[in-house]
Amino acid sequence: MSGQAPHPAPILAVEGLRVRFGGGTQAVRGISLAVNRGETHCLVGESGCGKSVSALAVMNLLARGATRSADRLAFDGTDLLPLSERQMARLRGDKMAMIFQEPMTSLNPAYTVGSQMAEVRQRHRGGTRAAALDRAAELLAKVGITAPGLRLAQYPHQLSGGLRQRVMIAMALMCDPQLLIADEPTTALDVTVQAQILRLLLDLQRELGLAILLITHDLGIVARMAHRVSVMYAGRVVEHATAAELFAAPTHPYTHGLLDCVPVPGRTRRDVPLGSIPGTVPRITAGFTGCAFRERCAHAMPVCAGEVPLRERVPGHAYECFLPADWPQRSAA
Amino acid sequence: MSGAPPPAIEIRDVAKIFRQGTGAFSAARFVRAVDGVSFAVPAGGCFGVVGESGCGKSTLARLILGLHPPSSGDILVDGRRLADMDRRERARLIQPVFQDPFSSLNPRRAIRDIVGLPLAAQGIGRAERERRVVEMLERVGLTAEMAGRLPAQLSGGQRQRVAIARALILRPRIVVCDEPTSALDVSVQAQILNLLAELRRELGLTLLFISHNLAVVEHICDEVAVMYLGRVVERAATEKLFHAAAHPYTRALLASVLTPEPGLGIPDVGLGDTYPDPANVPPGCRFHPRCPIAVERCRSETPLPRMVDGRQVECLLA
Repeated sequence: MSGQAPHPAPILAVEGLRVRFGGGTQAVRGISLAVNRGETHCLVGESGCGKSVSALAVMNLLARGATRSADRLAFDGTDLLPLSERQMARLRGDKMAMIFQEPMTSLNPAYTVGSQMAEVRQRHRGGTRAAALDRAAELLAKVGITAPGLRLAQYPHQLSGGLRQRVMIAMALMCDPQLLIADEPTTALDVTVQAQILRLLLDLQRELGLAILLITHDLGIVARMAHRVSVMYAGRVVEHATAAELFAAPTHPYTHGLLDCVPVPGRTRRDVPLGSIPGTVPRITAGFTGCAFRERCAHAMPVCAGEVPLRERVPGHAYECFLPADWPQRSAA
Repeated sequence: MSGAPPPAIEIRDVAKIFRQGTGAFSAARFVRAVDGVSFAVPAGGCFGVVGESGCGKSTLARLILGLHPPSSGDILVDGRRLADMDRRERARLIQPVFQDPFSSLNPRRAIRDIVGLPLAAQGIGRAERERRVVEMLERVGLTAEMAGRLPAQLSGGQRQRVAIARALILRPRIVVCDEPTSALDVSVQAQILNLLAELRRELGLTLLFISHNLAVVEHICDEVAVMYLGRVVERAATEKLFHAAAHPYTRALLASVLTPEPGLGIPDVGLGDTYPDPANVPPGCRFHPRCPIAVERCRSETPLPRMVDGRQVECLLA
């Protein structure tokens, strides 16, 4: 759970990040978030909300045709904005590492696990290949892979999905990163394996003091993993809070609606329909103003077409909406 | 047969064995994807099948749809053997909705043609087709105006509605849904689940609902079968299964569901890191290498399905 001591400076500070695609689509529209050392920050939202694009923008891995800008983008006190591609490449895989949803496509099918893992270490830290392979074997054991020596000599296709994701995590740890960005790391896995991988991430965080930026669409994962949460919708962070706060008092109508959609085992009633959010996410182009959720929102008012205020519910819990913080209680009464 | 109507779907000791590795230099391996499964779904029921990837749940769906012939055993639909029906007859009785609404719809065809194709295949004329397509699109929450669009112009949820409209256009008795909401966002998943529940009630459909998402299955199904390496290891009424699971595998599956409750952490599922391989089924109880409560005899003795407290369980220790 979140520590009580004040955090010195976040390991990753993002302010006013924007990403635009060639066709004029505004994928990310000025988001701010801070990932503290040793903590998990969850970026949650549905497909197309800009959560993965935000992470790629931080790593400067956006596809050609996409442009990023930001008021501030700092990793461990270093300003990332002026860095050249070469300088950025030196950080990636070293102090900041990333794992992706589909471990099959992010591993190279033509090289053994050992050779891919050793390459990361040697590129950033030099040293001999033998030393790098030793380090790889040690990390495979740490992520719970039995017989690491055997796995080093295998190719990705010889591993199950859960094993591949463990290999990806071990590879990300090769240079002792301070920040791990994990983009839907368990979405392609079975629930049983998902629980194992998430437990592993928690153990590693505790042991190594790793900061994790976890991107997910799954509110169950958010509840169980996050210290802090940012909820994204159509390129904006519409609500951010500690995990405990967010689930106890969701305040943005979108967060509210999202939580109503999730069937909870042991508590669902078959005769009662699930809550759902009507309509779909709008495509946002230049010149869009107002709240992007207003078309789907049951509480929308004419003012929602204008500039939306960021309101604070309690310190550390803010939401972007005209509604007063106690609207859920009022509408229930 | 007495006066009672036959079950909508009845599966008797069905097995499907695939041969793998037919290359000149590799030895053939036999994958027992479905390995002796029996159950019956009453008309109007919603039967859930859950399990991890590779447990045989999708193969089971394809067998019931008649897309694969079973290697052994019998599948009866409405009291008649599936093997005795021709394709058209089968299509009028039973229809699929698949997981991925991006690949299950022909990208070059207008929605009108996609939804109307089953009607055309049954020899129904253009005017009648158009009328029924529009009626069905409206029934599943789309508009008549969408009939002229291509799948790429629709969102994921809208495409899944198109797939449901196509499944229902022949007014089948049974719909087999294979992970119908797995590719969708939660807010859209809820819309589709509510739609399926509503259609089932109004049209008296029988649903076979295949999913890896236990929460979704609990929400929509009245009976659930848990599959592991081709076998049904537990089958029970939904309430029973979710409130007091009898099989250790069912308990592990339920324990791995992450409910949106902060502070509970990530559960230790206790399954170890061995993964099941359907081409290499362990002797004895096939779950024993991962089972947290396995004892010596689980390694050699094969459990048979037994009725325990109103549910079917395949475990020596249950």
